[in-house]
Amino acid sequence: MAEVSLRKVIKRYGQMEVVHGIDLEIAHNEFVVLVGPSGCGKSTTLRMIAGLEEISDGEIAIGGKVVNRLPPRQRNISMVFQNYALYPHMTVRENLGFSLKIAGKAREEIDRAADEAAQILGLTPYMDRTPGELSGGQRQRVAMGRAIVRHPDVFLFDEPLSNLDAKLRSQMRIEIKKLHQTVATTVVYVTHDQVEAMTLADRIVIMRDGHIVQTGTPLDVFERPVNTFVATFIGSPAMNLVDGMAEGGAIRLSDNVRVPLPHGFAALAEGQRVTFGFRADNLMPLGHGLAETGEVATLELPVSLAEPLGAETLLLAEIAGKEVQAKMMHPRPVSPGEVLKFQLALDYCHLFDAESGVRLERKRDHGTD
Amino acid sequence: MSRGQRDFLIWVATFLVMLAICIPGLWVVLSAFRPNGEILTKPAVWIPRDLSFDNFRAIFGLGDNVVGIPVGSYFWNSAVISVTSTVVAVTIGMSGGYAFARYRFPGKSSAFLWLMLSRTVPGIALSLPLFILWSWTGLIDTKLGVIIVYTAINVPFTIWLTEGFFRQVPRDLSEAAQIDGCTPWQAFWKVEFPLAKSGIASAAIFAFLTSWNEYALASQLTRSTDSKTLPVGLMDFTAQFTIDWAGMSAMAVIIIIPALILTFLVQKHLIAGLTFGGVKG
Ligand SMILES: Nc1ncnc2c1ncn2[C@@H]1O[C@H](COP(=O)(O)OP(=O)(O)OP(=O)(O)O)[C@@H](O)[C@H]1O
Ligand SMILES: [Mg+2]
Repeated sequence: MAEVSLRKVIKRYGQMEVVHGIDLEIAHNEFVVLVGPSGCGKSTTLRMIAGLEEISDGEIAIGGKVVNRLPPRQRNISMVFQNYALYPHMTVRENLGFSLKIAGKAREEIDRAADEAAQILGLTPYMDRTPGELSGGQRQRVAMGRAIVRHPDVFLFDEPLSNLDAKLRSQMRIEIKKLHQTVATTVVYVTHDQVEAMTLADRIVIMRDGHIVQTGTPLDVFERPVNTFVATFIGSPAMNLVDGMAEGGAIRLSDNVRVPLPHGFAALAEGQRVTFGFRADNLMPLGHGLAETGEVATLELPVSLAEPLGAETLLLAEIAGKEVQAKMMHPRPVSPGEVLKFQLALDYCHLFDAESGVRLERKRDHGTD
Repeated sequence: MSRGQRDFLIWVATFLVMLAICIPGLWVVLSAFRPNGEILTKPAVWIPRDLSFDNFRAIFGLGDNVVGIPVGSYFWNSAVISVTSTVVAVTIGMSGGYAFARYRFPGKSSAFLWLMLSRTVPGIALSLPLFILWSWTGLIDTKLGVIIVYTAINVPFTIWLTEGFFRQVPRDLSEAAQIDGCTPWQAFWKVEFPLAKSGIASAAIFAFLTSWNEYALASQLTRSTDSKTLPVGLMDFTAQFTIDWAGMSAMAVIIIIPALILTFLVQKHLIAGLTFGGVKG
């Protein structure tokens, strides 16, 4: 059993604090993805779990045992580095077997484990090559193989796919997911790619400036972002955000664009300033959307750009001088400047406080709903 | 100018330069096998008429005309001094190079600069102060005294060379090794050291050759067979009014050979080291 607990973990470099008291409980066999913009402290957090970085304050426990003072080798973890960190002077076989050799295992056992890992990862034909003679994807696999031969309690990944091209990346993403299903182990995975985070994670941890902003399942954070930062960070294309004001049972986005208050926001004070958020998937031209049930608002908006993607077209429309993205299913040609009637699915809209960016929750006005 | 002509000119130029470099060396080697008479003839005799090992026999006291130079002792002194100072300098220099490459500490860049600046002082300029210091401490005319001086000369260069190599070894590798179960010490020996090996080998050979060939300081700090090194021993061939060029040349060959052998032995590393072909990702 290897659950990982971070309790009030702080990291300082000299005077500068870069991780500000993180609390995180990771369950046994859970796949947790740390995601956030560059410099937010993801790698630092991961390296503290690995023991490569001392923690300045707080407590880290693996499998219920506090490991604050243990060096990396005593934590029974494996790590896959961004640039793989394969030993250039060793063959693939030696790379795979290195940890077992250090542990003083018998030669046959090392070979068996290396062969098994190579089998799982399709590395068998390359066993006698050195890392310099492998492609990027193959090196990536060796790095993963080196991590799995030890049967660690916890796998740590630091942006393992960021050096691969788009196609290989999605392929390796699937392999990592499968790997997690084959060798059930706790995984902490760092990335700044929200697609990777959404597809891989059991639970996503969104970080910003050394704080955890939100923790939840991929659907949680997609459907209920706690603030505008998460709202724009998770999901592609990013959520549209338009500033508005509550006014007479509606939200006024501009002089001529008003959206009825979505269900559950009746309590909004008159004149309260909010940020109105919705995703492109929920703003579609009339007759070019999916059949939506529920509350729908109709807006007339000028289109400035159309981006045909085949099955759908991405439209750039304008609200109050601000560009918002919309989607058009069963597309037809759209010329720039054309004014289209759009339907906005209010059930999927979000309201955030204009000042703090914090999510405003829907209230159940009528008890039953 | 056609391509062929240009190539030809380049060849001629290269030949002339190589000739200029090699002739003194060749002359020494040639002289080592000739009697003094032939060496000193004017005009010079280019094609040797009378080659023999007599000069070497004389040095080792085997021939008819015994020169009586304790070449064995000198060789032993040179070997002990060069090997010891090389081992010590490489050990210290490698640790220093590693520290400079890996750790941040206050005054790091100025420390590095000062180390390099120490190389700008000609060794001979230090000979008088050293002589005085060593006489006070009783290190004069001891192997230890020379070893200390050579180590001090070699450390900055070793630091400089190995620092570049360690800097080329990604930090991740040591971390990966530690996660794979190594202590930091094991990680160094199993991963970082092998990857910086060619740099360390280059540094070692440079340190060895510097010590092996050094003359100026050794000539001041040594005087008896207890500590005189081979290059200093060369001077034994000068008498008040004569110089035994033949013996000196033979001795020079004796000095050159071990250095040559050593250089050939490690030349693979040396080339890798000099071209900085360290680590490829
Ligand atoms: N050795 C260090 N000394 C001082 N500051 C550091 C050090 N390492 C990291 N930092 C700082 O800590 C913060 C977090 O760094 P970290 O590497 O964890 O970011 P990250 O989230 O992994 O970013 P990226 O996505 O770019 O890898 C950054 O602001 C960085 O400048
Ligand atoms: Mg990082």
